[in-house]
Amino acid sequence: MEQVSATQESNMARLPRLGEPAPQFEAVTTHGDIKLDDFKGSWLILFSHPADFTPVCTTEFIGFAQIHPKLREMNCELLGLSIDSVYSHIAWVRNIEQKLKQKITFPVIADLNKDIATKFGMIMPGESKTETSRCVFVIDDKQILRAMIYYPLTTGRSMDEILRLIQALQTSDKHGVATPANWKPGEKVIVPPPKTQEMAEERVRDDNVECKDWYFCKRKLQ
Amino acid sequence: MACIKPDGSLTPSAKALLSSIGEPLSPEEIAAQLNQPLFKVRSILREMVNAGLAVAVDEKYRLTAKGKEKLS
Repeated sequence: MEQVSATQESNMARLPRLGEPAPQFEAVTTHGDIKLDDFKGSWLILFSHPADFTPVCTTEFIGFAQIHPKLREMNCELLGLSIDSVYSHIAWVRNIEQKLKQKITFPVIADLNKDIATKFGMIMPGESKTETSRCVFVIDDKQILRAMIYYPLTTGRSMDEILRLIQALQTSDKHGVATPANWKPGEKVIVPPPKTQEMAEERVRDDNVECKDWYFCKRKLQ
Repeated sequence: MACIKPDGSLTPSAKALLSSIGEPLSPEEIAAQLNQPLFKVRSILREMVNAGLAVAVDEKYRLTAKGKEKLS
């Protein structure tokens, strides 16, 4: 395997961090020039795919397009990216619409100089030095990075999980709660654990929550 | 440019946006009126301002004389 220099490594693998502002960018897209700033006030799923006109990516684009209406109901937009030209993107989305009968309704960034891919750490040299891996960045309406998913070139992402992730994050923000493993909308949520002894004693006496122990309590959302 | 074709004419989305700002409107108001996502409105507005067809006044946007001429 070819060695990657330390400089190449640092240029390719810089990861943004959860809880911090997402790196700003301006991009050429299939919907014109767009800045990350343009999405302020909406949630955003920024996702990358390895290459246009490839089969797994095509299934993912169809999947993203199919959940787009539901995401819009949740004030969440979609923005794709790959290191392909805008002409390739246009040809590919037209091909998907014509051959597979799915209109692609979201913009796709043509990141030919790998600027945005580098800012977001989308390139995994161990997989490919010229293609982005399957990355998902969930950016909230204040442009803070809230979650990241990284999948390999071989494996298509789960649209159900991405939808669930947005629902869970927005539920946490709205109600000040956390969500347990495998949580789905309508299920009980986790009440944040008490931070003092006094609060712990109050918690175990609180009839509005169901506790296994003082630190592990759930409740139904109203 | 995404909204102005090589022959200088406007794309349908640009025409629709310029037509909506006879009276000054905020990006949010334009998005609601056109039923378009806010990011798209902001992107088109930026291009219209850069082309001198719209101008921002106190966070609202209105047509310039050049913009009115373009629409006629």
